[in-house]
Amino acid sequence: MLAFIIRRVLQSVLVMLVVALVSFSLFRFVGDPISSMVGQEASIADRAALRDALGLNDPFLIQFARFVGDAVQGNFGISYRLQQPVMELIMSRLPATLELALVSGIVAFIFGVGFGVYTALRRKGWASNTIMTVSLIGVSLPTFLIGVLLIWVFAVELQWLPSFGRGEVVSVGSWWRTGFLTHSGRLSLILPAITLGLYQMTLIMRLVRAEMLEVLRTDYIKFARARGLTNRAVHFGHALKNTMVPVITITGLQLGSIIAFAIITETVFQWPGVGALFINSVRFVDVPVMAAYLMLIALIFVVINLIVDLLYYAVDPRLRVDRAKTRH
Amino acid sequence: MSDKTQIPAPRSWMFRAWDSDVAYSFRTSPVAIVAGAVSLLIILLAVLAPWIAPHNPYDPSSLNLMDGFTPPMEPNAFTGNVYWLGTDNQGRDIFSTLLYGARISLFVGFAAVLFAMVLGISAGLAAGYRGGWVDSLLMRVADVQLSFPSILIALLIFGVARGFIPPAYRETMAIWVLIVAIGLSDWVQYARVVRGATMVEKNKEYVQAARVIGAHPLKILVRHILPNVMGPVLVIATIGLALAIIAEATLSFLGVGVPPTQPSLGTLIRIGQQYLFSGEWWILLFPSLTLLALALAVNLLGDWLRDALNPRLR
Repeated sequence: MLAFIIRRVLQSVLVMLVVALVSFSLFRFVGDPISSMVGQEASIADRAALRDALGLNDPFLIQFARFVGDAVQGNFGISYRLQQPVMELIMSRLPATLELALVSGIVAFIFGVGFGVYTALRRKGWASNTIMTVSLIGVSLPTFLIGVLLIWVFAVELQWLPSFGRGEVVSVGSWWRTGFLTHSGRLSLILPAITLGLYQMTLIMRLVRAEMLEVLRTDYIKFARARGLTNRAVHFGHALKNTMVPVITITGLQLGSIIAFAIITETVFQWPGVGALFINSVRFVDVPVMAAYLMLIALIFVVINLIVDLLYYAVDPRLRVDRAKTRH
Repeated sequence: MSDKTQIPAPRSWMFRAWDSDVAYSFRTSPVAIVAGAVSLLIILLAVLAPWIAPHNPYDPSSLNLMDGFTPPMEPNAFTGNVYWLGTDNQGRDIFSTLLYGARISLFVGFAAVLFAMVLGISAGLAAGYRGGWVDSLLMRVADVQLSFPSILIALLIFGVARGFIPPAYRETMAIWVLIVAIGLSDWVQYARVVRGATMVEKNKEYVQAARVIGAHPLKILVRHILPNVMGPVLVIATIGLALAIIAEATLSFLGVGVPPTQPSLGTLIRIGQQYLFSGEWWILLFPSLTLLALALAVNLLGDWLRDALNPRLR
């Protein structure tokens, strides 16, 4: 058990170091860091002095170690384009992305499980067929096109919902600015959340449907029916409960994807989150922001994967049994 | 008498292709026929764009700004010109921009798939045939990469590569960087499938026979093993083409793909979105429909191919 955890953690650290190396080489080899700091009138002697003072003449490994040390403390320097500390920029935009990801995750989970159960229980009904067909289209439509279509229908034609931005935001605590507490903030959240959640919803729905159909065929469901339990108890108490382990695992793993796909949704809806910040940094080759986002997204993915792996190990006894057997 | 005992002349390859199981499955599947026809139509229109497009949308001398914002099938208020699908803000014929846009989308899609395929097949063959540290290194990299969504990987590679390219070349190199980025984000699929199939094939008699007569390992891999692992690769490549087209459209829509001087379908949708609020719906609608039709048709074709090549479903 301990050996497994240690190996898994070491693996995650290794991945993070590789990503850090990519980020570091971006910093080091894209353009001349000195030219982006001093004006044109700086003399060659001044530049050399600054180069020495910043430690740019040190061996590669020492520079890399310093970069990693700074990164661990959240210090990624100053954005070339916005002239603000990168960490400040990211922290000010992180709440927008997290709120959006949270809401779409919850929407995807609730509707995914709901539709999945419904289509599994009523396989032949017209509503099930409609849901399945729409989900097929939802999978093949690119995310950005869904967003654009939603804007067209609900913002341009019907004019029910705003098409861009977060609406009014309120500060909660020292730096978290939330859109949950205002009417316009909640309205602005609807379209982006649907856009971001639709793909995950179809994924969860198909998974729940397949698992439910599988479970409904098993003997213990027949036995539960034979005992005269109500349909409700059989479907939700016995069948659904046993489909939830893989569903929760997949949903957990999809959290990272939601944050990644937020890049697209945020650009379509001009949502002031981290993803939109990253896209702009790619467009203007704003290296510090790119490097910081790279590290942040890698960290999120590595941590989620690590947690899911460890949970799996804790939840699934078979993994432990296998290990115990090989030891004997 | 003699003509009865005559061995029948070998049939032409065209007859054998027509008579094959895959072709039969294609002829009897309406979905595959429609999807194939739509894909073929779009590909043909895109390839022949310079000869069949009514206008060259990127030749400034042929543009008339007065023609701008002409609705589809209606005469323009100033010039009286009629365009099938209308014109955009600069008076470019939408139908022509669509053909040229699909050309770029398809070029990037095919090139990215080809790149991913060559890379993935080589890595998979090497890992499966050699095993050992080559195998564990490649598969470790593949595992890590698979835990990230491929569009994110493409975006990150594109961003990093853009950083390394000197500013003067960024625009001209963009399309190649895009192909490499999308290809690199998708090679893992091929590598894993080819590796698995190679590990099965390499223990079969024909490979051992080739080894016994002293064939070079490279020759065994390319001439003997590769043809036997191509089936699943073709399925992944077809679905991968749809994914690559969507990835390219997404990146171009985000404004980090092909430069505006070579607009692909994604760029056209991006442009069209800006005119949605002023009521010029056709600038957005037609590129979106083309992209959707293309992605859906290629996807359905891939689904069909997967079933057709699956011996268990016959």
